[in-house]
Amino acid sequence: MTGNHQTLALLLFSVFVAVTLAITTWVSRHRHGSAEEFYAGGRLFSPMENGFAIAGDYMSAASFLGISGLIALFGYDGLLYSVGFLVAWLVVLFLVAELVRNCGRFTLADVVAARMSERPVRIAAGTSSVTVSVLYLVAQMVGAGSLVALLLGGTSEAAQAWTVIGVGALMIVYVSMGGMRATTWIQIVKAVLLMGGAITLTVLVLVRFHGDFNQLLRTAAERSGHGSSFLAPGLKYGGDWTARLDFISLGLALVLGTAGLPHILSRFYTVPTARAARRSVVWSIGLIGGFYLMTIVLGFGAAAIVGSDTVRGSNASGNTAVPLLALDLGGGPASSGGTVLFAIVAAIAFATILAVVAGITLASSTSVAHDLYASLRRRHAKPRSEVAVARTAAVGIGVVAIALGLLARDLNVAFLVGLAFAVAASANLPVLLYSLFWRNFTTRGAVWSVYGGLGPALVLVLLSPVVTGSPASLFPGVDLQYFPLENPGLVSIPLGFLAGWLGTVTSAEPPDEAKHAETEVRALTGAGAV
Amino acid sequence: MEKYDGPDSGRVRIDDPWYDALASGWGELDGTGAPAPTVPPARQEQDDRAARAADVYLEVQRSAAFQEVRSRYRRFVVPAVAVFFSWYLAYVVTATTAPGLMARPVAGAVNVAMLAGLGQFLTTFLFTWAYARHARLRRDRAALDLRWDTQELTRGVAGGER
Repeated sequence: MTGNHQTLALLLFSVFVAVTLAITTWVSRHRHGSAEEFYAGGRLFSPMENGFAIAGDYMSAASFLGISGLIALFGYDGLLYSVGFLVAWLVVLFLVAELVRNCGRFTLADVVAARMSERPVRIAAGTSSVTVSVLYLVAQMVGAGSLVALLLGGTSEAAQAWTVIGVGALMIVYVSMGGMRATTWIQIVKAVLLMGGAITLTVLVLVRFHGDFNQLLRTAAERSGHGSSFLAPGLKYGGDWTARLDFISLGLALVLGTAGLPHILSRFYTVPTARAARRSVVWSIGLIGGFYLMTIVLGFGAAAIVGSDTVRGSNASGNTAVPLLALDLGGGPASSGGTVLFAIVAAIAFATILAVVAGITLASSTSVAHDLYASLRRRHAKPRSEVAVARTAAVGIGVVAIALGLLARDLNVAFLVGLAFAVAASANLPVLLYSLFWRNFTTRGAVWSVYGGLGPALVLVLLSPVVTGSPASLFPGVDLQYFPLENPGLVSIPLGFLAGWLGTVTSAEPPDEAKHAETEVRALTGAGAV
Repeated sequence: MEKYDGPDSGRVRIDDPWYDALASGWGELDGTGAPAPTVPPARQEQDDRAARAADVYLEVQRSAAFQEVRSRYRRFVVPAVAVFFSWYLAYVVTATTAPGLMARPVAGAVNVAMLAGLGQFLTTFLFTWAYARHARLRRDRAALDLRWDTQELTRGVAGGER
């Protein structure tokens, strides 16, 4: 890749940064520093805006480059992986979005704490939310470093480190200055860019094959070197029964975890009503579904046009499939069309990382300030200072994420995204569903279900092959591997639900019927919603 | 509605028309002013007020109008969740355990696996559309009415404090 690509990509990315920084300054010009403003952007976004922002928050660089790369290398198994990310939205739409919008103010813990004894529940839910966010954040930061090195060809360690620091610093500025309103606008701009880029490339691929999807699949199968098995499951997630169970575990975590992701839940508070929350989820399902359908075309297109071997030669996990495809579709490496398309894809990938990182940082600083700090602070502290704490927390979390991203940059952290979903599904989803739907749920049940999901998920990962005991582990030298699966979801999600049930039936305190009535009435009607 | 004679109802002193009014319009409730006159407005204890606000929610929860909204929601959501979740699980389990079946060709390069995968996308869109339509036509109006009525009642209780 020549210097031309890099200069143009950097130029486009700088334009994105300039535009979003302008937005940040503009939206924060008359901010009044209220919690409503910082955490929820004043709750006045329209469903369409919020739908784009949700899609922007959800579609990370891992989806754009990672899933199409998986399809380019392993064919059908990449598609199989992407389905879980979309179907998960039905859980959000049916069971969570409207009810959470009606019951809560800023975080997941608000919904649970409304029914329970506030302090222990808030600390538990806050802890698990921060855990999920940090896991997700580290995955994104490490991804940022390697992606930049990949796209800009600057493989020097210093260049990588400075990129991670730069991305982190920008995100700290966005979040701590602009709060939810600036973060939302960044997501919207990014989602529009991402959809625009994906649509352009998809159309170009389809034009190349004269709109014949069948021909596209045939060519892809031929050039992949796997023949017809490229179009059937099994190339990546086949193999022995451990690998198959592992994928089932991952699928379960994906489909149940989305509804427990803090940065997704906090997005529902940026619209005025539950009805608007529902309509924003409908928008985002349309956008996300359309996007994953396009990644299928892009993935198979990369296999057919670029060839699986070339993709693998460029990057072992397939992350460069789409950039290489763009280069080819534009007319080849030497042409100006290829240069422009490649630069656009690279700039979109940067924008994607920056936006997702900003969204997660905001969500975790909200959890720290609104749940943890508010529960743990001394009684006489002024409530006004909560937003200041959130800003400080954003800076702190940003610094921690940068440091972890730099430390972990040589490690294989692909499992972290799946792990974040698994923890969200094991610790956050059970307590949320029980609080909304179970009459007899008690404080002890709530606390147990959070820790009963969080603990096993983390312990099982520590005992799994991703940490020790295999050549691809974080610490290949040590052998503490007692749990065979890479993703703990299959075990930890049922444990989370079980712990919540067990805590409830063994608790001495009777369930508070009036609080349950209040939660149920508020959830379904929106009475008293802020 | 049978529960209306339950132990809590006496304290709130919500009169009978409350229930009929749900169907026939709420305008008169303010006139009958359910809870406010029962106690002197000033110097009431915090707990008392909280308890009466809680009673409002209990009463609303027992009302026929709310139970109708709730059962409409559940009648749609429970079967829908059961269907899409088992359809997704079946898809994932079949894809991992029976790749041979999934590889069976259907037309041209398209095989069972491809149809099932695209089918997941299609059913997700259909479920989304059906849910949004059901909520818009069957729930939104009733829920909104209940929302105003409930807020009116809680404000009545809260109004007593000033």
